[in-house]
Amino acid sequence: MIVIAMLLLTLGAGFLLIAAIGVIRLPDPLQRMHSATKAGTLGTALMLGGVMLSGVVEIGWTGLLAMVFLLLTLPVGAQLLGRAAYVSGAPLEGLESDPLEGELERAKPPIEA
Amino acid sequence: MNLMAMLTPALSLALVAALCLAGWRMIRGPSFVDRFIAIDMLTAIAVGFAALTTVATGRGVFLDIALGLALINFVATAAFSVFLERKRRDR
Repeated sequence: MIVIAMLLLTLGAGFLLIAAIGVIRLPDPLQRMHSATKAGTLGTALMLGGVMLSGVVEIGWTGLLAMVFLLLTLPVGAQLLGRAAYVSGAPLEGLESDPLEGELERAKPPIEA
Repeated sequence: MNLMAMLTPALSLALVAALCLAGWRMIRGPSFVDRFIAIDMLTAIAVGFAALTTVATGRGVFLDIALGLALINFVATAAFSVFLERKRRDR
């Protein structure tokens, strides 16, 4: 059991590191959002699972609750961030045409800090 | 348990590296959206740190902290998105 817990913890930390590298390396905000939300949430869920299996706490109901909550709110948060990125006129790399052209109002010059 | 004591520093080093990378995007990020994404990432790493602290200290309280951080993360993401869309409409 302890070996599985350590494996899950290591995998989770690795996924978090990969997500952070993706946040640095990917070219446009939508792709960065993709890396941060999906790989990041998988990493945190794996780490919480590792804690629950490691036996340091009696029954990790709080950890299970946090995992379920993360997995439930991930799609909603990603959708909201992606929509905000598109609407605020973020540059889209690697697309020939914009499939949402005319569907959503979009800032012409990107809103930058 | 001995193996776990060896593993914890290595994992916290990996998480610190991830924290530095996300923090750099937060400082540098050309647009607001990049900064919000970096906040999202930083909170995810903070949840990872809370999990690691639970293993290192053996105190279940840190799992409550992880749950609270996950809750705050979602609300903050939603609020930031609404803020950005409203900012766009105001111009």
